[in-house]
Amino acid sequence: MAVKQKTVAESHAITGNEAVAYAMRQINPDVVAAYPITPATEIVQIFSNYHADGLVDTEMVLVESEHSAMSATIGASAAGSRAMTATSSQGLLLMHEMLYVASGTRTPIVMPVVNRAVSAPLNIHCDHSDTMGSRDSGWIQLYGENAQEGYDNLIQSIRIAEHPDVMLPVMTMTDGFITSHGMENVFLLEDEEVQAFIGGFKAAYPLLDTDNPVTFGPVDFTDYYFEHRRQVFEAMVNAKQVILDVAKEYERLTGRSYGFFETYRLDDAEMAIVVLSSAAGTTRFVVDQLRKQGMKVGMLKLRVFRPFPATELVEALKHVGAIAIMDRADSLSGEGGPVGAELRAAFYNEEKRPKAVNYIYGLGGRDVTIHHIESVYKDLANILETGVVGPTVRHLGVRE
Amino acid sequence: MSAGEKVITNPVKANAGWKELPIGGIIPQGGTARGFFTGGWRSLTPVWDAEKCISCLQCWIFCPDMAIQVEGGKMVGIDLDYCKGCGICAAACPPRTAAIKMVNEGA
Ligand code: SF4
Ligand code: SF4
Repeated sequence: MAVKQKTVAESHAITGNEAVAYAMRQINPDVVAAYPITPATEIVQIFSNYHADGLVDTEMVLVESEHSAMSATIGASAAGSRAMTATSSQGLLLMHEMLYVASGTRTPIVMPVVNRAVSAPLNIHCDHSDTMGSRDSGWIQLYGENAQEGYDNLIQSIRIAEHPDVMLPVMTMTDGFITSHGMENVFLLEDEEVQAFIGGFKAAYPLLDTDNPVTFGPVDFTDYYFEHRRQVFEAMVNAKQVILDVAKEYERLTGRSYGFFETYRLDDAEMAIVVLSSAAGTTRFVVDQLRKQGMKVGMLKLRVFRPFPATELVEALKHVGAIAIMDRADSLSGEGGPVGAELRAAFYNEEKRPKAVNYIYGLGGRDVTIHHIESVYKDLANILETGVVGPTVRHLGVRE
Repeated sequence: MSAGEKVITNPVKANAGWKELPIGGIIPQGGTARGFFTGGWRSLTPVWDAEKCISCLQCWIFCPDMAIQVEGGKMVGIDLDYCKGCGICAAACPPRTAAIKMVNEGA
């Protein structure tokens, strides 16, 4: 099928939150239950304008907290509707208990999350501590670099979540303020294209089908609980193929390709940075600069953190001499961040593996500049030259 | 309710493996609580006095299980298979009627 190439003139200058809210309007979910929190507030605020203007058929439930927002969304999804919400930071933390209920009950909820630091101290700016804290909750996690990816990921998530082999909730991330409030050119699909792509949602066991009564959320003791958790493991593994299949189909529609991650000048790279979300833009720029100086540098931008594409990451990075794994969240284990821990673990049984260091960066919205990224590549060059790894956890851009 | 009605055909095969079980702990059938006897949890037992009972059905409304038996709009007895002995029925029964007393089975 020929891809309809769009010109820049056909793009729209909008913010990340506007792009995400626009996608939500095009998805036209049956139910949205939400509570405002900076920097995700705008998503639901803009969506509520669409609602007030009669542009969506959605039932909006304005609840009293994020715990209630997630609870209502789970109820709506169990009832058989396509249900969404949105949040950030403390809001996601308040949902924490219900996140596990959503995945354990296999409700295919889709939720944009705008990444923001968590208290204390109080901070409204970007880091990934909020969603990284949900990494074991059974939600699929897609991280987007910019407004375009926030838009594209959200639309694809509907298909991923509702796929019969998956039936898991999905959260799609954009970086707080950097992406959510920054204006960019974004290519938007037509409403009919989005509707045709996502199709209708038909729940297998809708709670509101009173002719076929079902029980949701029964007690599940020593006799069955383990089997049900084993099913969630399988669904997460299944999600890998579904994510790739949905991305292929989305590429046919838009010409924009997605996978578990994006590699940039990585094939012949001796040094590489592994990074999520908006900092990838800065890194890509620095890669080009250093390449001009003859340094063999590359980048891997991770899009899918749950399920964790361990095998594919190893395959993509095993030829590299030294890698810097960037974490915009600290696990506070004393051993670095979540991406650093999991990526290094993925290499454990490999004979050939890169030397690896883990950088904590950008906490609380601290700027990560081209100079910071350059210094990381210089550190990697030094490791390759001396063969000495040195401190495996480092803090980038913090004052001593 | 006769004993026969308490046997439900469980849509979930006993000891089913994870591949066979419906996902998410969902039980794709209604009324399966009939096959689950909470009576085994009981230490206090409600004793109902039919003479005093005015069939106001407060006990039926408040019983957290399905122990209070009603026929033709009248309270007719307590099915101890579903009675966990919580005492809510006795507390809900109007004080001047006091048709249910909780007794200690072990005593
Ligand atoms: S004791 Fe509790 S469970 Fe038993 S009949 Fe009374 S209310 Fe129902
Ligand atoms: S609450 Fe007491 S009076 Fe009313 S129906 Fe039950 S036993 Fe009878």
